Amino acid sequence: MPYIATRVRTGPPAPEAAGVPGMAVGLPRRAGIGLKPQHLREVLDTRPDIGFFEVHAENYMVDGGPFHHFLTRVREHYTLSLHGVGLSIGGTEPLDESHLDRLDQLIERYQPAAYSEHLAWSSHGGTYYNDLLPMPYDPATLDSVCVHIDRVQERLQRRMLLENPSTYLEFEASTMSETAFLREVLKRTGCGLLLDVNNVHVSCTNHGRDALAYLRDLPLAAVGEVHLAGFARDQDADGALLLIDSHGSPVDDAVWGLYAHVIATLGAVPTLLERDNDVPAVETLWAEARRADEAMRARAEPRRCGMSWDGA
Amino acid sequence: MTLPTIAPAACVAGSQSEFAAALLDPQRAVPAGLRTWNGSDPRARLAVYRNNVVGSLVDALAETFPVVQQLVGPEFFRAMAALFVRQSPPGSQVLAHYGQDLPSFIAAFAPAQGLPYLADVARLEVARVTAHHAADADAVSDAALRLALASGNRMGELRLVLHPSVATLESGHAVVTLWAAHQVEDVGDIVSVDVDVPESAVVLRAGLDVLVLRAPDGAVAFVEALRAGLDLGDAAARALAAAPEFDLTAVLSQLLAHGAVSSLDLPPRLTS
Repeated sequence: MPYIATRVRTGPPAPEAAGVPGMAVGLPRRAGIGLKPQHLREVLDTRPDIGFFEVHAENYMVDGGPFHHFLTRVREHYTLSLHGVGLSIGGTEPLDESHLDRLDQLIERYQPAAYSEHLAWSSHGGTYYNDLLPMPYDPATLDSVCVHIDRVQERLQRRMLLENPSTYLEFEASTMSETAFLREVLKRTGCGLLLDVNNVHVSCTNHGRDALAYLRDLPLAAVGEVHLAGFARDQDADGALLLIDSHGSPVDDAVWGLYAHVIATLGAVPTLLERDNDVPAVETLWAEARRADEAMRARAEPRRCGMSWDGA
Repeated sequence: MTLPTIAPAACVAGSQSEFAAALLDPQRAVPAGLRTWNGSDPRARLAVYRNNVVGSLVDALAETFPVVQQLVGPEFFRAMAALFVRQSPPGSQVLAHYGQDLPSFIAAFAPAQGLPYLADVARLEVARVTAHHAADADAVSDAALRLALASGNRMGELRLVLHPSVATLESGHAVVTLWAAHQVEDVGDIVSVDVDVPESAVVLRAGLDVLVLRAPDGAVAFVEALRAGLDLGDAAARALAAAPEFDLTAVLSQLLAHGAVSSLDLPPRLTS
């Protein structure tokens, strides 16, 4: 059952909000960065001109103290994106309702312009694995994921964005491609797409696929946010290149290239620069955000007619 | 009548259980049903997930226990933490409080027996993180404090409510001194710390900062009596019973000065 209604939000308006169908207010069509605890004071002192900040929901599921103090201050000046990493939407077990309650409280308190989660699982049998784990793309998993997303959107009274994963393994049980699976989930649940361009590059490299074909196979009109990040290089048992979604380095040129294709189709789109490991100074992240902003400025208007980027 | 098609879901559940079990057990066989595009052995690719799971949880513990890590060195800490992760993985997605059981794990961890104070330093670090994230509450106002101090011979009936962040710790070792010695850039001469001197601590958050206060004799008994709901007079009596040299004025002043008391009430006098 697709989710239709949207919750009325207060707080600073989000100018040039992304036009995700069914989402009355989205993130601004600009670059944002992840809000890291070590940058909080500097962000509040210097107020950099950044489109939005994204936080990991689970980090703020604590009773009180400095995390809430600083996020409240940041929220007074910036639009927020709430990004979950622990809901386990791809899990075979029912969703953790207490986790949904905590998400609902955070959304009430901080009124984020977007809430997103991953096409992955992270909990099983009472254990939380703190990683985004892969699953087979088959009809049973599709049904289960759609039931979970319906429940999330019903409980949180808002449309969520679902992020395409980076994966290192595939399953013999899979009967459809990742893009076909995502298309069907978006169609059935009405959720939006968080297009992680780094994940596209990582997964396509890791599974010997064409990243441009992957992008062509997705309904890009459903994109409510884009993620850009860096990866690490490793190799598999046969010495083939294996990319690790490490979020610990600058965005790679290959990923910037794919991003150019995406914005050639979509025009400006809310774009997050993710960095979770070896976090550099705010200024370094801001410089990457400016690069994304400049790329978007060069493509300020979405192409509504004529040739699309893939030349089709 | 057709039966519901439960077989595929059961199959998926089975594979996820198998995958989950393989994540924490490096010796376990690679789960069935995995595929790689180039036909390479999936074990190397599974290892990425295994490393992510254990490595990220060890990182989370390293953030909570920086002084334990300094005391044993990063290599020892990470090896010990990885064993803990495999034995006691988190049950919650909220990792801020993961590692509450690491102190008892350390206490029973044979290779750490050479550092008998290590488990208590870990307990102190758990108390700090708990205080860091504890609920917010205002400290008792000056006006309420003045009123309470003017309560004359009824002062013993005052009820003090502790700030949600307040925790206490008693140790047979010099945990506060050890911890404090690791809060400066130059760690200094650890050898000069007499680790066998018993120390107690009161941990709390004042504003945005977590404080570790060396607790004088009787202070822990006093704070815990307040937490248990005893009034000021009874709490002081219990502290004096625990430590005859307990100095109520000094301890209470320190607690009030650091915002450890969030409300102070005089119950209405019972009329007979």
